[in-house]
Amino acid sequence: MGSEQVPWNEGRRQFLARAGVATLGIGATGLLGGRALAAPAAQAGDVGVIQTALALEHEGIAAYQIAGKSGLLSPATLKLALLFLGHHEAHRDSLAALVGKAGGKPVEPKTDSQYISDLNLGVLKSENDVVALATRLERGAASAYIGQITALKDPALARLFAEISADEAIHWTTLNNAAGTPIPESAYVFA
Amino acid sequence: MSSPEARPAAGPSMKLVRFGPLLVIGLLALVTAVRPGIAADDAAAGEMLYDAKCGGCHSVERNRIGPLHRGVVGRPVASVPGYSYSPALKRLGGSWTPARLDRWLSGTQKMAPGSKMYLEIDDPAQRRAIISYLGSVSKASPR
Repeated sequence: MGSEQVPWNEGRRQFLARAGVATLGIGATGLLGGRALAAPAAQAGDVGVIQTALALEHEGIAAYQIAGKSGLLSPATLKLALLFLGHHEAHRDSLAALVGKAGGKPVEPKTDSQYISDLNLGVLKSENDVVALATRLERGAASAYIGQITALKDPALARLFAEISADEAIHWTTLNNAAGTPIPESAYVFA
Repeated sequence: MSSPEARPAAGPSMKLVRFGPLLVIGLLALVTAVRPGIAADDAAAGEMLYDAKCGGCHSVERNRIGPLHRGVVGRPVASVPGYSYSPALKRLGGSWTPARLDRWLSGTQKMAPGSKMYLEIDDPAQRRAIISYLGSVSKASPR
């Protein structure tokens, strides 16, 4: 029994199912509690950074929405994708509110067909392809938030970016582990 | 034969001379272990770094949040068709040389205040590796 090998895909499905159940509770709690966004109106120099981050969230939302409708995802993976989608929507709402509060016009999402082209989603043929793409995007998003923190003038906004990057890192770690990719041995994974 | 006690005691300066090189090697090893260095010409390492650090907004073949990077080295600034550049970058002028890309990646807003990119890469070795990779995709013919 103990020596039986779980097929790769089966193991991933089980992992995603467990992760989905566990994280769903956390996500639901977060939604109920809401994000106590204490950040004041963004300083003028920070609005551009927020707009770039907002564009990143729009793209992530579109990727999960389009992948969710593709029919390529198993129920467990779809559940997790929808959970992550909810996180990205919460990030979008926080960032858009900050731009509005600063008197700016939040950047709008592109069309689905534009995102399909930008992300080359037409080549995705399997759940593995979708998970691989999502893993890359989440990794890039976590790095992007971390890499922009030093450009921010407002410490409260820097904290928000750190919190969002941690969310993206959780997404990346979950997807990475589901694919059986080991956690990097060296510290400073996002350095 | 003198006994150990008969030897002059090693003062701080003597100890530094004796153990200084070991100390330096140890510190270097520690620094390397904490923040591994990257070979400047290692485009493969650069590709991994590119995926990790730039892949949130860019891809080699397609305009996304940022413009595509195929052919970026040697290309005129703000010249990718179909990408909506900021006025700040349009004003910058010139072409993307490796030296200019290094300056850009070390502080985009210092180089073109008001541009859309805010990511900064502090580590010069990481910048070199990424630029090396960008050079490799700039030489290749488009897919």
